[in-house]
Amino acid sequence: MAVREEKGAPKTAARGAEDNIAVIRDLHYSRGHRRIYEGLNLEIPRGRVTAIMGPSGTGKTTMLRLLTGQILPDHGSILIEGEDVAKMRRKQLYNYRKRIGMLFQNGALLTDINVYENVAFPLREHTDLPERLVRHIVLTKLHAVGLRGAWQMMPAELSGGMARRVALARAIAMDPDLILYDEPFVGLDPISMGVIVRLIRRMNDALGLTSIVVSHDVDEISSISDRTYLISDGRVVASGSPEDLQDNCSAVVMQFMNGMADGPVPFHYPAPDYGEQLLGRDS
Amino acid sequence: MQQTRAVEIGTGLFVFLGIVALFFLTTRVTNFDSYEGDEGYTLTARFDNIGTLKLRSPVSMSGVKVGRVSSIVFDDEMLEAVVELRIDAHYSKIPNDSDASILTQGILGGQYIGLEAGGSEEFFVDQDEIQFTQSALVLEKLVSKYLFSRGDKEDK
Amino acid sequence: MKRIFQDIWYSVQDFLQTFGSSQLFLVRILAGVPAAFLRPGLIIKQIHGSGVLSLAIIGISGFFVGMVLSLQAYNSLARFGATESLGVLAALALTRELGPVVTALLFAGRAGTALASEIGLMRATDQLSGMEMMAVDPVRRVVVPRFIGGVIAMPLLAAIFSAMGLFGAWLEGVMLLGVDEGAFWQQMRSQVDVYDDVLAGILKSFVFGIAASLLAVFEGYNSIPTAEGVSRATTRTVVLTALAVLVLNFMLTAVLIGEV
Repeated sequence: MAVREEKGAPKTAARGAEDNIAVIRDLHYSRGHRRIYEGLNLEIPRGRVTAIMGPSGTGKTTMLRLLTGQILPDHGSILIEGEDVAKMRRKQLYNYRKRIGMLFQNGALLTDINVYENVAFPLREHTDLPERLVRHIVLTKLHAVGLRGAWQMMPAELSGGMARRVALARAIAMDPDLILYDEPFVGLDPISMGVIVRLIRRMNDALGLTSIVVSHDVDEISSISDRTYLISDGRVVASGSPEDLQDNCSAVVMQFMNGMADGPVPFHYPAPDYGEQLLGRDS
Repeated sequence: MQQTRAVEIGTGLFVFLGIVALFFLTTRVTNFDSYEGDEGYTLTARFDNIGTLKLRSPVSMSGVKVGRVSSIVFDDEMLEAVVELRIDAHYSKIPNDSDASILTQGILGGQYIGLEAGGSEEFFVDQDEIQFTQSALVLEKLVSKYLFSRGDKEDK
Repeated sequence: MKRIFQDIWYSVQDFLQTFGSSQLFLVRILAGVPAAFLRPGLIIKQIHGSGVLSLAIIGISGFFVGMVLSLQAYNSLARFGATESLGVLAALALTRELGPVVTALLFAGRAGTALASEIGLMRATDQLSGMEMMAVDPVRRVVVPRFIGGVIAMPLLAAIFSAMGLFGAWLEGVMLLGVDEGAFWQQMRSQVDVYDDVLAGILKSFVFGIAASLLAVFEGYNSIPTAEGVSRATTRTVVLTALAVLVLNFMLTAVLIGEV
């Protein structure tokens, strides 16, 4: 499936902004003294699964928070459907957020209510639908992630994989246009991992969504993404289909894709000379 | 749903208990009844010294509470304290030559106004002034009076 | 020496910052209060959380405070032969001071810590960010109902504390020490004032309710999203609430007495 998709991807991107649901231009962001992004550019094509990869600490999760307006960039623009997230007023921002679903690393389910109520939560907060209809929607969404039978369970009783699937059902409860996944594969057993991988792809195609997956699991990402951005040192160092990345000869990409311990991303954290320090001459 | 019901019942019970406790505190523990019913009439009385008499202190006759103190002001022309007494409407037959004195309840108790019935055939009506009053006893004055009177005796 | 002054200066700054930002947070909460009453279900749940669950500790503490008050006062009053004033003394102490203050301190320990750690955990597990992502304002959805629940619960708890305290005082004084029952209630009723004593006490506990609930939700909401951060938030809640309650108590008492 991925092979069929990837042929179209570069072409649609070239056609212009209207086919990209989100465009990021010249993004700068720093936290404290640490520069996280320095002139980052990327486009998110509509209807595709886009992966954002990078070594730990490159600010992948920060990217999602910037995309949803939880934090503001120091410089540069983040355009969603042509509108700058940083310039949105609160109400506008909330309206925009109603159209996106987000899956947090640990699910972020509300711990004081059960699975059913968790999925119903956005519906109850934003709509006045009759209970019958809420029930119908909730059960449909739970069925889609295969957990209709678990509706009565409390979040504490769920395994990590199940919690993430419930969170996914909640994320699609409002039928969003865009869905963001924050490290969806972390800490899952192979079976749950397979389920999540399949769900991300299926949700994207069946519901006509646009998906953004932030991850560093090379294999899983390769199996579902249409386009992958590899971020390092605050910039996009490579982009394209998973195959393009595999074939990329740049040292950073090679190191990341093949999981090598040392390379452009050094094994050693910056430190004074080893011998000097052992001899106590570093002060 | 069962859980919600338990929460609601518990909360209802708690609020109910809280209100019962408030009701108990206001009605059983305090002089709340001195506020209820404003039917009655007002008398004034002038005192040289009212001691520690306070607003809402009781007014009683023969030990029965008949009203309360409704205002205390100092008249800077006559140089006296002017006390207004609000008397309950159903004690309407108090002789108009009755006298008022400031008395103390128990040894540590607060002060109150005691009315002593006179012999008149006519009764007090609203806005009357009580002519005969006796001020509060001030302990220091009593003591000095006693000391001076003893001193006088010894002189003889 | 210079370091000590520097440390003091930093903690003064820290205090002022906490004070200022908690006041701003209060404004944010108050803005959400009217809308919160449109969903009474959420508030009922929180009154349950901070009121019903504190009921046992408040009731039992009140009862024993009343008993010990009676026992102590009896021995002092017996020297003046004024044991019938026991009722007045217990009632005044409970309604004016002990009821509101001890209730607020116990509330900080029972309900305040629960609120702070609950909200702190919601922060640590991304539940608050999750809500924000679902276009739900966590201040309005999570903080405001908890704040209102605490503010409503506190005066009721204080009233229950005082009533239980009087019951304890009556049991100890009248039943065990043999103070005359009639004098006990009669003296109390003639000298305790509805406005100056009972309602002034309720007013105090209402203010304490605002302070204690605000500090608990504030500390929870602004806790550092780690296990350590949450535990620090709960500790700070108790310490700050206790300080705030005692300082406010002095200020309120001064104002209330000055007025009468």
